[in-house]
Amino acid sequence: MQPIEILDTKQFQIAIKRLCHQLIENHNLFENAVLLGLQPRGIYLANRLKEVLTQIDEQYTKVHCGHLDITFFRDDFRRREQLPTANKTKIDFLIEGKNVILIDDVLYTGRTIRAGLDAMLAYGRPKLVELLVLIDRRFSRQLPIKPNYVGKVVDSIATERVSVEWEEHDGSDSVKLFTTEQDDEQ
Amino acid sequence: MTEVIVLNSLQQSKMTSSNLSVNHLLGIKELTSEDIELIFATADNFKEVINRPIKKVPSLRDITIANLFFENSTRTKLSFELAEKRLSADVINFSSGSSSVKKGETLIDTVNNILAMKVDLVVMRHPNPGAARFLSQHVNARIVNAGDGTHEHPTQALLDAFSIREKLGTVKGKKVVIVGDITHSRVALSNIYCLKKLGAEVMVCGPTTLVPKYISQLGVLVEHDLMKALAWCDVANMLRIQLERQDDGLNVPNFPSLREYSMLFGLDKEKLDKLEKEIVVMHPGPINRGVEITSDVADSKHAIILNQVENGVAIRMAVMYLLAGTIDKKV
Repeated sequence: MQPIEILDTKQFQIAIKRLCHQLIENHNLFENAVLLGLQPRGIYLANRLKEVLTQIDEQYTKVHCGHLDITFFRDDFRRREQLPTANKTKIDFLIEGKNVILIDDVLYTGRTIRAGLDAMLAYGRPKLVELLVLIDRRFSRQLPIKPNYVGKVVDSIATERVSVEWEEHDGSDSVKLFTTEQDDEQ
Repeated sequence: MTEVIVLNSLQQSKMTSSNLSVNHLLGIKELTSEDIELIFATADNFKEVINRPIKKVPSLRDITIANLFFENSTRTKLSFELAEKRLSADVINFSSGSSSVKKGETLIDTVNNILAMKVDLVVMRHPNPGAARFLSQHVNARIVNAGDGTHEHPTQALLDAFSIREKLGTVKGKKVVIVGDITHSRVALSNIYCLKKLGAEVMVCGPTTLVPKYISQLGVLVEHDLMKALAWCDVANMLRIQLERQDDGLNVPNFPSLREYSMLFGLDKEKLDKLEKEIVVMHPGPINRGVEITSDVADSKHAIILNQVENGVAIRMAVMYLLAGTIDKKV
């Protein structure tokens, strides 16, 4: 079946811009706030937010942006046929006492975020943690997790799959909804 | 059906994933080069983990690991134990000195008794070559060989190659000379397999009495002149003279004296200075200072001996993570 386009390039970029302005509203000059993208796909969003923030104002070039890998903190270790392969963690700043904005592309069951919270604590105790996602697949949460900033809310069922595509990685900015035949259990 | 579901859920998060081709780490001989690359890639991540403020991940929190050391070891045992603890596994230790092995219990009985206490993974060092393989055929647990006699010491070879990769960027095409007692060294054999699989050129160097006759069939060069070997190589791995393994029952020493050995095959600053290039110096430890390698070399910037030790923990974490990942514990 043909995928349904949830966000086209223009809507996609508007959503990102809005998220940036919401972040500025809450964190002003980011004196005490840092961006932390979750591997593997959240890092594209984190990098893009940093880029757009910089376009809005030069002073945001100093905003810290890190990448966090959660592989070793997942709760489905040995419940899969194949072991997930880890990605790089790159955090070259301290998160102790900071306001950390956790960033991922799609929020679905909430399990990735749960693992992300655990993984992040290995680096220190943040003062505040917020969650930013581009797509919130609501009504499918398996854990009590709620995002603070949302690009777009999507109603979808388990057999559907939401895919966020990035210009720098996949050729164009867009969000698509795929329907698969099999049960997409996660 | 299960496979389809797994594939889909992986696509969902766009993750890559892979497993080792083996269920036990018995030796490098059984591994493919893809296995070794996977272990290295995983170890890269664990190396970052062990440099965090909190050096621990919860991956193996429902796994119990037994460390069975039927032969003395300090560094390997500590390194394994630390790796296990950093993965949050439960660890039990066993050394033959203080056990019923002295009372005549067989290896299988000893291990089965330990496994009856619900152990998932066994790390074993044993003086007999093939002990790890034997165990893997008779007991129901994942086995990691931590050295079996003069046969293999796979994690040491992995950490050696990992350290070379870290220092020089790649292992492929590098020239590595292994110096010392090749005959009695499990480190040498595992290193040869590992380096060859990764595309390095390997040379062995030592007294004729300590280099096996048919070693060149493994695809390695043989040289008995240390200076020629050093001039050829990018990396020199100086093996420890295993004084405890020199008695072949022939009552004939393999070399006349330690002093002569160290003059001909020991690495000192003078020999390094004569080279027109910089080489990387490695040693699997424990060092006999002044025999294989002098103190000024061991403590110089050429030596990556302590990096090897640090990488050892990361490599062992990677190996146990990858092996434990295939233990079936689905509820």
